[in-house]
Amino acid sequence: MTAPRKTAENATRVPVISAHGIGMTFLKKQPGRIETWLRALGAPLAEPQGVRALDDVSIEVMKGEVVGLVGESGCGKSTLGRIIAGIMPPTAGSLRFMGKEQAEMSPLERYRAKVAIQMIFQDPFASLNPRKRVAEIIGEAPLVHGIVDKAGLSAYVDEIMLKCGIDPAYKQRFPHQFSGGQRQRIGIARALAVKPQFLVCDESVAALDVSIQAQVINLFMDLRRDLDLTYLFISHDLGVVEHIADRVVIMYLGRVVETAPTEELFANPRHPYTQALLANMPRISTGKQAFGSIKGEIPSPLNPPTGCHFHPRCPFATDRCRSERPALRALGPHASAACHLAEESAR
Amino acid sequence: MTRAAETRAEPTLVVKGLKTHFFTEAGVVKSVDGVDLTVDRGEILGLVGESGSGKSVTGFSLLGLIDPPGRIVEGSIRLSGEELTTAAPKRLRELRGNRIAMIFQDPMMTLNPVLKIETQMVETLQAHIKIGHAEARARARDALGRVGIPSPEERLDAYPHQFSGGMRQRVAIAIALLHQPDLIVADEPTTALDVTIQAQILAEVQTLCRETGTALIWITHDLAIISGLADRVAVMYAGRIVETGAIADVVAHPRHPYTHGLIGSVPSRNRRGERLTQIPGMTPSFLSLPPGCAFAPRCARADEACGLLPELSDGPHLVRCFHPMDRGEPA
Ligand SMILES: Nc1ncnc2c1ncn2[C@@H]1O[C@H](COP(=O)(O)OP(=O)(O)OP(=O)(O)O)[C@@H](O)[C@H]1O
Ligand SMILES: Nc1ncnc2c1ncn2[C@@H]1O[C@H](COP(=O)(O)OP(=O)(O)O)[C@@H](O)[C@H]1O
Ligand code: SF4
Ligand code: SF4
Ligand SMILES: [Mg+2]
Ligand SMILES: [Mg+2]
Repeated sequence: MTAPRKTAENATRVPVISAHGIGMTFLKKQPGRIETWLRALGAPLAEPQGVRALDDVSIEVMKGEVVGLVGESGCGKSTLGRIIAGIMPPTAGSLRFMGKEQAEMSPLERYRAKVAIQMIFQDPFASLNPRKRVAEIIGEAPLVHGIVDKAGLSAYVDEIMLKCGIDPAYKQRFPHQFSGGQRQRIGIARALAVKPQFLVCDESVAALDVSIQAQVINLFMDLRRDLDLTYLFISHDLGVVEHIADRVVIMYLGRVVETAPTEELFANPRHPYTQALLANMPRISTGKQAFGSIKGEIPSPLNPPTGCHFHPRCPFATDRCRSERPALRALGPHASAACHLAEESAR
Repeated sequence: MTRAAETRAEPTLVVKGLKTHFFTEAGVVKSVDGVDLTVDRGEILGLVGESGSGKSVTGFSLLGLIDPPGRIVEGSIRLSGEELTTAAPKRLRELRGNRIAMIFQDPMMTLNPVLKIETQMVETLQAHIKIGHAEARARARDALGRVGIPSPEERLDAYPHQFSGGMRQRVAIAIALLHQPDLIVADEPTTALDVTIQAQILAEVQTLCRETGTALIWITHDLAIISGLADRVAVMYAGRIVETGAIADVVAHPRHPYTHGLIGSVPSRNRRGERLTQIPGMTPSFLSLPPGCAFAPRCARADEACGLLPELSDGPHLVRCFHPMDRGEPA
């Protein structure tokens, strides 16, 4: 490997984020006043009906680490990302930032944590105010947060724009006057302007053309090196995650099914779902690929299968899998998987 | 002459010098500006390029689905020996859905939300052949089974909204296959789907082409899909094919600087963590293309010669470039 590269090993072992037993249930309908009141009084009502977007999810991200979060549509990636970024409170579980329990933070600490964790979205256009000039989009938050004063603002915005590969000469332009890749850079610049420690990138390169996607991935890697950033990198694109992440977390229908250092996960996937994902991931190659090793549809999160969520599609499923939920078990110093047969099914 | 005899005489599809232009108020948008393609029986051709390069307009042109202000201004499209650019609209309607079919990124372009799947499939069959209802229903059921829809008999009575995105796309594919067309044009049909569902559809399509001899053009921006699926590839940039050849050859030895950059910009396992190749700049606007090679402003090899338009070279691996990469240069 030619480029000097930080790995999970030489990154300091402090979790920036540590989420434990996170659950998130979106109710089908909001409970009425009387129901809320009865519940508050402890009335024995049935569990409210809803989509269980996250079911007992635990995840840690170490300082300086890039964790890739992978899974198919609707499995809960964005929901977890939003909870970690503090945009949405979970319905169960606890969240620590730099070792401190969120529930125990003072208002000031909570505010600082919120600034330190920034989120970058898939659609750079929808998240940029079309009526504001780039200079204002990037400069607004650092001014509000007192990171820079009025006198220094212009130079600060120039510096951030340069860092993100946008010519400061364009700072008086509006978002629509930029290409998709440039708009994504503006979104990144806006997030970086408040000097965050942690970036949650939700499908941040998915909407970009391949050649532009490469520019933005390179930018993320440069920023990590120069600013010592930590990332949660959400993507359905295994190729991108393999390229950029130190560690990968695989989700299926609201649960974490496997996590391992990137090289280990790609070389030796232990969960049958991970194995299927890797086998079916299109790769640039000079030979034909045998697609379609996995059958069946992705089940609805409204009505997930019993036991192991993957059992209706799993070639190894047994009766136990249909009734008993497999726990996420450690299978080595850094790897774990949630499968009753994880030891046997490893390649 | 029988159709079999014709197909032996020439490939299923032969496109020469196709130009499709849009005459807009802002100027003439030359979305397709001299495209040559051939696809043989049972062959899969990948048409790849970045967004706006003219892939979809090429696909629509093949089916005669270009509306004003757009028009095919030049070139020839021959399907199983029959010229389509001069065919009457009535003849094109006969051919569409019967000898040539299209699958879109959004399956609802094909499906009618208020009709049962059965009704839609039976109507498609009866539009082109004389066939009784019971027989048509049986053929529809078989077609659904072939694209991997479980319990097809019951599914015939469902409406599109009762299917997942992946299943809807399969139904659209089943409809495209009903008449065993000579050619299917598939425009990014798996882009919105998840990896495992995409893979199922790719596997089904691969098998069907092999078994029925249908020629397939698979349009996508994703070179990785093409490399695993197609026999040959055509790389499109700013309305023109810049490189075409056997997929393995083009991936291993790209000759056009754009293809070279495109392959280098795809994250791949053997260069984990390294910087990706960046193609500088961005895709040009059709209204302000440079006069010569359209890639020149982004090309490291550009010189004065590139101020003229390069022609597509001859041979099995064609390239449109004055200074193509040597075969020895690594991708
Ligand atoms: N505000 C909401 N109200 C109700 N349900 C929701 C809400 N947000 C998400 N969900 C549901 O929670 C589940 C997880 O959604 P989420 O957006 O986290 O998925 P994702 O993994 O990011 O998917 P994608 O890859 O499609 O972005 C889905 O079933 C979704 O429909
Ligand atoms: N109806 C239309 N009117 C004007 N321009 C069009 C029309 N349809 C497509 N174009 C232009 O043609 C070019 C190629 O488009 P398209 O074939 O859709 O690209 P892609 O390669 O992404 O499929 C684009 O610049 C697009 O704006
Ligand atoms: S627990 Fe059972 S069904 Fe689930 S992945 Fe493992 S073997 Fe398959
Ligand atoms: S013709 Fe010239 S500018 Fe165009 S791709 Fe070739 S070398 Fe580059
Ligand atoms: Mg999401
Ligand atoms: Mg298109």
